[in-house]
Amino acid sequence: MSKVIEVNEIIKQYGSVRAVGGVTFHVEEGEIFGIVGPNGAGKTTTIECIEGLRKPDSGSVQLLGYVPWQDRLEVAERIGVQLQESALPLRIRVQEALDFFGSLYAECEDSQVLLDRLGLAAKSKATFTKLSGGQKQRLFIALALVNKPQVVFFDELTTGLDPHARRSMWDMVRQIRDQGTTVFLTTHFMEEAERLCDRVLIMDEGKIVALDTPEALIRSLGVERRLVFTVANHWDSQSLVEMPLVDRVEQIGERVVVYGSGERFTSSVVHGLETSGADFRDLRTQDPTLEDVFLSLTGKEIREV
Amino acid sequence: MRGLKELTWINLKLYIREPIGTFFTLAFPPLLILLFGAIYGNDPSPMFGGYGSMDVSMSGYTAIILSTIGFMNIPITIGNYRELGVLRRYQASALRPRVFIAADVIANMLMLLLGIVLLVSTGWLLHDVRFEGNVLSFVLGVVWCGLAMFAFGYLIGTLAPGARAAQVIGMVFFYPMMFLSGAAIPLEIMPDSIQRVADFLPLTYVVDLLRGLWFGDGWGQHLTAVLVLVGVFVVSAVAAVRTFRWD
Repeated sequence: MSKVIEVNEIIKQYGSVRAVGGVTFHVEEGEIFGIVGPNGAGKTTTIECIEGLRKPDSGSVQLLGYVPWQDRLEVAERIGVQLQESALPLRIRVQEALDFFGSLYAECEDSQVLLDRLGLAAKSKATFTKLSGGQKQRLFIALALVNKPQVVFFDELTTGLDPHARRSMWDMVRQIRDQGTTVFLTTHFMEEAERLCDRVLIMDEGKIVALDTPEALIRSLGVERRLVFTVANHWDSQSLVEMPLVDRVEQIGERVVVYGSGERFTSSVVHGLETSGADFRDLRTQDPTLEDVFLSLTGKEIREV
Repeated sequence: MRGLKELTWINLKLYIREPIGTFFTLAFPPLLILLFGAIYGNDPSPMFGGYGSMDVSMSGYTAIILSTIGFMNIPITIGNYRELGVLRRYQASALRPRVFIAADVIANMLMLLLGIVLLVSTGWLLHDVRFEGNVLSFVLGVVWCGLAMFAFGYLIGTLAPGARAAQVIGMVFFYPMMFLSGAAIPLEIMPDSIQRVADFLPLTYVVDLLRGLWFGDGWGQHLTAVLVLVGVFVVSAVAAVRTFRWD
């Protein structure tokens, strides 16, 4: 695996606000790498320094062996970019935009192939202003892929999309990676990072909070597991509280949440319930997520930020 | 210059798809001939040195098309593109800035020339207007005046904080100049005081040069106008390039 991106101690300040305060990491070829964090964490500034759209105050970036803000055109030839906020001329047609962007590069993907791949074939004659949010976003992905890039950057790809459209975006991102393109994305959806990324960099207030695979991040917490079920009102929780792997039990009416840890936590609780003859229903586990990781590392809920 | 042809072509199509811009560039000037031609006619008049009102107005109406594009269309487009994020999208691609600006200038120039063709055809059909210059020299004059006024337009679009501001600033230049520079109304029928104000308006020199070329003067006879327009172009272009922002 070779490193396609190397970021070393970059700092970027806007006036008195330090947007990015000394960030170091690398991205390997063929992975889906994500920066996750609340709004204002410095994600966009970081991604735009790597794309070469901004120059950090200090620190260095190597992208495919280039210094992105110096070798803008060499870099532009080899990467694809979807920006958090951008637009096209309101009356440009989908097909025209694809053909025009294609004409800017030495090598380009056939626009018909892209239209089919992104489900825009029926919209090829529609003007930009007539497209829905999801269709605009798919057009921007198509524009990012038009030069067959080695690395593609998605900044808040699914913000503003409904859950269904979001899921289909995730499938699309996986397909892009499966065809050999390295994917670098930012998101403030923890679930998106967890489902999509091979490695996740958690960022807050311009600094790296953690960097690892989503599984390793969750495991490292040793966060307690949760088991949720409903049971008849008069059920007594005492027998569970006394079990060795159980930390505590919360009961609100018919709804019970059991907290605990250990590999055999779930099976032993279920066994305990069975032997006590409790009439329990709708049993499910709630595994810790990246949300919990963020909460435990920063002391704040990502939604509150 | 990759993408130049494609972007120029797209710009022309975008222009045509924008009804307001198209109206003022292509339809409005012939309407002026219909209106003022009906009022003043085109009989020879001693005030215009033996030419008719429409004969002398052709260069003025040309200046109107030119300043519509320069003070209205260009600042509004640049302001909008910046505000919406079109410029950012272009910046993130392999589009070179000089290709972007060249495609915009060429498309606007072609619309300008198309507008002039419609204008002159209308004048010729309705009032048999007289043209006594050299076609090539007049077209070169139009292009040169166009470059100067367009450069000023890009400067407005670059300096204005937003799309709305670009539109307002453009109008602040456009309307007084249209009426006080001899473009809409020949300066001959204006009082002296207004003629002195006109000396300070760049568009006055556009009208002066174009009217001269229209009636067969050489460029040397309008040296002041040529120099003023060189100055407007150089100052605006340098300032626009230096202050240009993608976002």
